[in-house]
Amino acid sequence: MTSVILFCALAWSLLGGFGALRGRTPDARPLVYGASFIVAAIASGAAILQLAFGATSGTAVVLPLGLPHLGMNFQMTGLSAAFLIITDVGAATASLYAVGYGRGEPEAWRVLPFFPLFIAAMNMVLIAADAYDFLIFWELMSLSSWALVVAHHEDEEARASGVVYLVMASSGTLALLLAFGLLAGVHGQYDFASIRAAHPGSWVGAVVMLLALFGAGSKAGLVPLHIWLPRAHPAAPSHVSALMSGVMTKVAVYAFVLIVFDFLGKPAWWWGLIVLIMGGITAVLGVLYALMEHDLKRLLAYHTVENIGIIFIGLGLALAFRAERLDVCAALALAAAVFHAFNHSLFKNLLFLGSGAVLARTGERDMERLGGLLRRMPQTGLLFLIGSVAISGLPPLNGFASEWMLFQAILLSPRLSAWSLKLAVPSVGAMLALAAALSAACFVKVFGITFLGRPRSPAASAATETDAFSRAGMIGLAALCVVVGLAPGMVIDLFAPVTRSLLGARLPAGHGMSWLTVVPVSLSRSSYNPLSIFALIAAGAGFAAVILHRYGSRIICRAPPWGCGYTSPEDATAASPSLSTQYSASGFAQPIRRVFGSFVFNARDQVTMPMPGDVAPAHLISALIDPVWQCCYAPLLVLVGWAADRMNRLQFLTIRRYLTIVFITLVVLLVWVAPWG
Amino acid sequence: MGLSLPLGLQFLQMFLVLAAAPLLTGFVRLAKARLQRRAGPPLLQVYRDLAKLIAKDAVVATEASWLFRVAPYLIFAVTWIAASLVPTFETGLLFSRSGDLIVIAALLGSARFFQMLAALDVGTPFGGLGASREAMFASLAEPAMLMIVFAVALVAGSSQLTVISTFMHSGSTGLRLSMGLALVALVMVAIVETGRLPVDNPATHLELTMVHEAMVLEYSARHLALIDLAHALKLLLYVSLIACIFVPLGIASSGDRPGPLLFGVAAYFGKLALAAVLLAVFETTIAKMRVFRVPNFVGAALMLGLLGTLLLFLSATL
Repeated sequence: MTSVILFCALAWSLLGGFGALRGRTPDARPLVYGASFIVAAIASGAAILQLAFGATSGTAVVLPLGLPHLGMNFQMTGLSAAFLIITDVGAATASLYAVGYGRGEPEAWRVLPFFPLFIAAMNMVLIAADAYDFLIFWELMSLSSWALVVAHHEDEEARASGVVYLVMASSGTLALLLAFGLLAGVHGQYDFASIRAAHPGSWVGAVVMLLALFGAGSKAGLVPLHIWLPRAHPAAPSHVSALMSGVMTKVAVYAFVLIVFDFLGKPAWWWGLIVLIMGGITAVLGVLYALMEHDLKRLLAYHTVENIGIIFIGLGLALAFRAERLDVCAALALAAAVFHAFNHSLFKNLLFLGSGAVLARTGERDMERLGGLLRRMPQTGLLFLIGSVAISGLPPLNGFASEWMLFQAILLSPRLSAWSLKLAVPSVGAMLALAAALSAACFVKVFGITFLGRPRSPAASAATETDAFSRAGMIGLAALCVVVGLAPGMVIDLFAPVTRSLLGARLPAGHGMSWLTVVPVSLSRSSYNPLSIFALIAAGAGFAAVILHRYGSRIICRAPPWGCGYTSPEDATAASPSLSTQYSASGFAQPIRRVFGSFVFNARDQVTMPMPGDVAPAHLISALIDPVWQCCYAPLLVLVGWAADRMNRLQFLTIRRYLTIVFITLVVLLVWVAPWG
Repeated sequence: MGLSLPLGLQFLQMFLVLAAAPLLTGFVRLAKARLQRRAGPPLLQVYRDLAKLIAKDAVVATEASWLFRVAPYLIFAVTWIAASLVPTFETGLLFSRSGDLIVIAALLGSARFFQMLAALDVGTPFGGLGASREAMFASLAEPAMLMIVFAVALVAGSSQLTVISTFMHSGSTGLRLSMGLALVALVMVAIVETGRLPVDNPATHLELTMVHEAMVLEYSARHLALIDLAHALKLLLYVSLIACIFVPLGIASSGDRPGPLLFGVAAYFGKLALAAVLLAVFETTIAKMRVFRVPNFVGAALMLGLLGTLLLFLSATL
């Protein structure tokens, strides 16, 4: 199956080339996106077949390219097959959506060459089987997505985002380069098979783990390395935002799992602790940022940060369990993390595509100028609602299933013997619960303000339903959210080779109908059967409807709501948003801003009231401070500026001094290399 | 015997909670009125109110979407199913394997999610006000609930309510500090979640103070009846939950003969009556707190739950 993925990547590259040459012709857009959809469908089919029919590792393919003694090695392992499914399901739906969505895209020819190339690069990263290829395609993935971020280059904000993204992506790649350098050892064995065979010492292992955490974490959006993510993801066209947020962050998760779980062998106990704490902070801070944000796409990008935090909590737990040889518990935590990665790719793609549909039909990303869209875009609204319920971790949809598994893994953690972990795990569990509750509050805000209520701008009141291709892409994702939510066992069983190959353990297979009931440890401990819960809820609601309509009144009268004399529906549709008495997004978040924001963001609300008798409106100014920017990046920028000033002197030396510097550098390097001679 | 008896018992439980929920709410109101030297409404007034509401024509705001009309059915069904997953008179009911305590807590979260959305749908300021306050309370109450679940599950070695209840009933736990903390926290969470004093006043319609009532202000007729019933079910759910975890006295186990089962039902109603009287006394003696004091209250519950869980991580015997 590895060769199928290679052919698919080749097809995408050709599509990219076609997009570059013929991108300005009107037929190019549907052709490129349509073909990309078909190729992605084939690729995801190949990955599913590989996993379903038990082959843990596909055949290795070596191409006579790349480094002379190495060639280009590719192999689809169980782990890469799982992440290939995540990538290509996302790529297929985003491509299908783009067939319709791209119609409204200005300058589509700036996107067309890089979109298929981006997908191809992600696929190649996942099947790469030597460090050289991995890094080449990792960098290709970064650069092609950078080109997509700056596709709207006239926009000052998009350009600035592009710069931040490029800096963060390069430093991440540098960290991974160093990690692979250490893994390859002094003999430079870059193929993954020899890296797996060589077990690095504990110090080298620790450094590699930290480098991988930095390199993969900066791509995934771990706090404090997340700052590029909410800038870059929303700047790209919406189908690209979906791929970057839903899929590319998962490729980063893959890189971390590959290096830390597959290459490094047995972890030290404190690795799990670091990953857990970073994951917990990321989850809570991500959702708090999202609550303070009213730009639809930027808010979704902050939720990606939150969900990456949840995934890393799972990975941290798995590392902690593995360090103490509790392989079954580690399998549960790792399975939960991978399952959540899959779920997140589904609902985050869905939500980004939905926000793209809203953006295309209203021209607005600011939630304060939206509202009432459920009546104007009923299908998009319903699909967005499904995504919102799923991301909020509410049963019976898929987001809850993976979070539930994570909670079960936390309940197993008193078995850990390290004291710091005993203290950290319950606190991280509380952070996870807090993040889940806050994200439900946040998505009430998102859906309630954007799709419910009355329109807050003329653009919102004139919105119409989006086109059929866009809806088809979203329907596919929403259907997967529901199906995976109702039969989570199916996906968990599909992904079982991941934990089996990495940890040598898997979750216990269910009793009889394994795909119906999820049983993490044993039936007497906990079980979750979403299908029966869903059936009961449907039956309960149906029962209520039948009884009420049989024995009660069936009549519904429509009447304008009473807003204490301040509004009538007629003037609300025409008036400017500031005159509306409807709750705004910032008004909705105000209590939470006051409770959490004043502590985390030093948020201050300043209200200016007019004099009594004056009819001027009151003004509210709400100020936030980003703690991460304040603590990490602002000093870093000052440091860089200072160092640049100092180094400025190097520009004005005489030739003699330059030669001296070159000579000294050479000597130092030779002395450094000598011990390994 | 086959499947018919467990299925019958499960359906009995479902209709028992449905029938008993308005009774509990009515009993609390009556007890409160008597404590305040009022005659109070008759015990069955809640049923009469529901019947009256069902017979009326619904009035829906012009701009409201389909979500506004669908939400009451969802809220009712989800709360009902959650309430019937909590063991009342018997442990080991047929559907108890469908979900553990975390699932029950999350189901209530789903009901609240749709409640808040429905509140935002009409676009009047009251709905937004209620929803935003509810969101703030929930953002602390849900983690607090999960911490309590953690503490209880670590003691019982299971998050399955049937197993927890049987374990607690066996008496092998003894007195534990962590369970004491969990009980206090659970009572606090229950007060917040069911909107009782001092967090929310179920009898008020004053806009500065209300939370739940503000969210359902635009509802009328059968939709309001469903939401009221769901609210009553939620109160019953929390009472049943506290009873089955901390006072599992008299609860029958699966496969019991009719005798213990009947005793279980009687014991359950006794517990409901006791809880109602305690709640009435508590609500009569306490004043409502300011909205921004509530986060401190719920935050205390969260910290108590976390403390209970931490203790259990440090030592399984605490």
